[in-house]
Amino acid sequence: MSSEPTTTSDHFSQRPSGLLGVMADWSSDQRSFKTASWRKAMMWVFLVSDTFIFSCFLISYMTVRVSTTVEWPHPSEIFALEFDGRKIPLILIAIMTFDLITSSGTMALAVNYAYARKRRAAAILMVATAVIGAAFVGMQAFEWSKLIHEGVRPWGNPFGAAQFGSSFFMITGFHGFHVSMGVIALLIIARNVWRGDYDSGRRTTYSHRAGDYEIVEVVGLYWHFVDLVWVFIFAFFYLW
Amino acid sequence: MTDLTGRTEDAAPPAEVPEMELFHAHSFLTKYVFCQDAKVIAIQYAGTAIAIGLVALVLSWVIRIQLAFPGAVALIDAKVYYQAVTMHGMIMVVYMLTAIFLGGFGNYLIPLMVGARDMVFPFVNMLSYWVYLLATLVLAASYFAPGGPSGAGWTLYPPQSILTGTPGYDYGIVMMLASLILFIVGFTMGGLNYVVTVLQARTRGMTLMRMPLTVWGIFAAAVMALLAFPGLFVACVMLLLDRTLGTSFFMPAIVEFGEHKAYVGGSPILFQHLFWFFGHPEVYIVALPAFGIVSDLISVHARKNIFGYRMMVWAIIAIGVLSMVVWGHHMYVSGMDPLFGFFFAVTTLAIAVPTALKVYNWVITLWRADISFTTPMLFALGFLVTFVNGGLTGLYLGNVIVDVPLSATLFVVAHFHMVMGIAPVLVIFGAIYHWYPKITGRMMDETLGKVHFWITFLGAYAIFFPMHYLGVLGVPRRFYELGETAFVPDSAHLLNVSITVLALVVGFAQAIFFYNLFTSLKRGKPAGGNPWRAASLEWQTPETPPGHGNWGDEPPIVYRWAYAYSVPGAPEDYIPQNEPPIRGELSS
Repeated sequence: MSSEPTTTSDHFSQRPSGLLGVMADWSSDQRSFKTASWRKAMMWVFLVSDTFIFSCFLISYMTVRVSTTVEWPHPSEIFALEFDGRKIPLILIAIMTFDLITSSGTMALAVNYAYARKRRAAAILMVATAVIGAAFVGMQAFEWSKLIHEGVRPWGNPFGAAQFGSSFFMITGFHGFHVSMGVIALLIIARNVWRGDYDSGRRTTYSHRAGDYEIVEVVGLYWHFVDLVWVFIFAFFYLW
Repeated sequence: MTDLTGRTEDAAPPAEVPEMELFHAHSFLTKYVFCQDAKVIAIQYAGTAIAIGLVALVLSWVIRIQLAFPGAVALIDAKVYYQAVTMHGMIMVVYMLTAIFLGGFGNYLIPLMVGARDMVFPFVNMLSYWVYLLATLVLAASYFAPGGPSGAGWTLYPPQSILTGTPGYDYGIVMMLASLILFIVGFTMGGLNYVVTVLQARTRGMTLMRMPLTVWGIFAAAVMALLAFPGLFVACVMLLLDRTLGTSFFMPAIVEFGEHKAYVGGSPILFQHLFWFFGHPEVYIVALPAFGIVSDLISVHARKNIFGYRMMVWAIIAIGVLSMVVWGHHMYVSGMDPLFGFFFAVTTLAIAVPTALKVYNWVITLWRADISFTTPMLFALGFLVTFVNGGLTGLYLGNVIVDVPLSATLFVVAHFHMVMGIAPVLVIFGAIYHWYPKITGRMMDETLGKVHFWITFLGAYAIFFPMHYLGVLGVPRRFYELGETAFVPDSAHLLNVSITVLALVVGFAQAIFFYNLFTSLKRGKPAGGNPWRAASLEWQTPETPPGHGNWGDEPPIVYRWAYAYSVPGAPEDYIPQNEPPIRGELSS
């Protein structure tokens, strides 16, 4: 499928701007979002739905945090790492957040190079993004194992309310799953870009459709979304 | 409004998007089993939904037999009864009604009605069906697991749903939750397709305000489902963790059979909020497609344009938006802050405004129309009656002070069966009779159809209408046995018996429908392309049944809305949407 927006057609360029433009688009035929391809529109709709899932998770976390009768563990103590006998609060999470936000930068560059048809640069940047993402998941695994080592379990922990471990493992696990899926998708698309599938019109195995460089931007949307969600998880778990 | 007279090419804007690339299947397996054609996926969805729906029908007999003749069938003990109540509810609401409206009618009708060749991502669409089938099989398999399916009631309220005293504690509840999670994953893949196809893959000339109301209803329902199912998804994940890992999201400190459970500090109310954040929009996820389909049935079979089309569209949108903020009315007796009760009562009653608007518009469409009492029309009229009935009792239950004494009685059962049980099922039947000629190329038998209608409609009405009375008497719902209850008179038991007998009769009478459905495949009257002389796009396909890609060489161009019936001065009493404009015609 290729559905490049026909930005050059008269019909399209005569569009009014601003709110009138929105109204014109929605009262027109064929497409309601004139510049969005099918796959990009679908990703946006999916992200809206996924936002609701993460919102439900985070609101549930807030609810159990206020409903539980036991003291909540202190985040700056529980998320501290010991160096040289000194405990540094939130150091790992600071590195993880920096890491993930860096990956958003490499992703944005990859999108830029993909549209410029610089295949090698785009593919390398996507692999870099995937590696940084995998590093994030690795650090998350390290944090999990540290907490598990200290006795934090989904059903209880020695530091306070049982819901701390439950919500923490559930929500960071669900987010980590999203990051991992993103890493896999990035690697597959990076391979396709490297191989030049989007120039040769090679068809995918299952859907039998030719791809398009736009897929880099679409997976980028997903990647930035997962980063954005992390900022909320970071704020609600580590700073509250 | 612009005058369309002149060159017909000017009447529709040029194509913005190149033609959709389709996968052309060559083997039997890719053509009929792992098929990417939305029309085949639709049949698969509908067939699976009807099959599991028949299981739910049998389960409803189990419930009714126990209620009318307690203890008469030794097989039905309290455990079996509660499992039947739970599975009947869950299957009907999620696996049957949601799946058949969105997966069945959505898949078949959206591409045809908006003039697309298929859904935008056929492969994802195919996956959607197979994950749905897997979810259905996991749910059905819980009947064969040790301990049987969950008996927690379809709402699965914790703490009781995951305590050992509830049937299906060992495997049933786990399989139920796993199945629901699968269903949501599968639905999301389909739902994304429905939404994006409507928004981005319409044919030339097909503006949103020219779409048939069926598409509007399914589209709005798909959007709502994408926003509401996350609530259920999160609730299921957390309940599953509570059950399997011993977390305490929903579980407070609790003593069961003298044993102090390890749970502490969770919030059972949180589950109810999450569940009903899904559960209430779910009512409209089922109802909105029904509204849309009924509008089209009435318009076609009364040969009149639907009255107030734009108002109908905005009413669908208003109902969709409002229904996201009314979920608390299911929790009036759960111990919410009274201020919440006030808020939710106001929003609940406000939904009556757009809903009543729709009912008035249906009635005004029928007013002085050329009504032909075909089977689809009869089912549409049957829907109007049951829906108005169920909607009015909704106003009773939406008020906190009326709801408190009536909640957990048969009045509630009567209300929701009228409004989202009988009413949508009547629409499904009507829709099948209406679109069967397009799907198979043959008509269903009208006489059998009418017999089926009258038995189903009158029977179902006689089943659920007396339940209002029983509810007002105070007969509780979900009780295995009433025993000696002073406030329930003997006459109520007689009523219970008659309801059960009717339920059995109406259930068995569905055999008429299935006989008609299958024999008409071979022996039905050949239908031709457009037997109802309908104006909407799905009846204008070059082949009947529509071939792969729907439209032959050229996709259609749309020049007007889907309701051009009995237009003064037109040669026929309907003008198809893709008929080039006639001299002097104004665009709509």
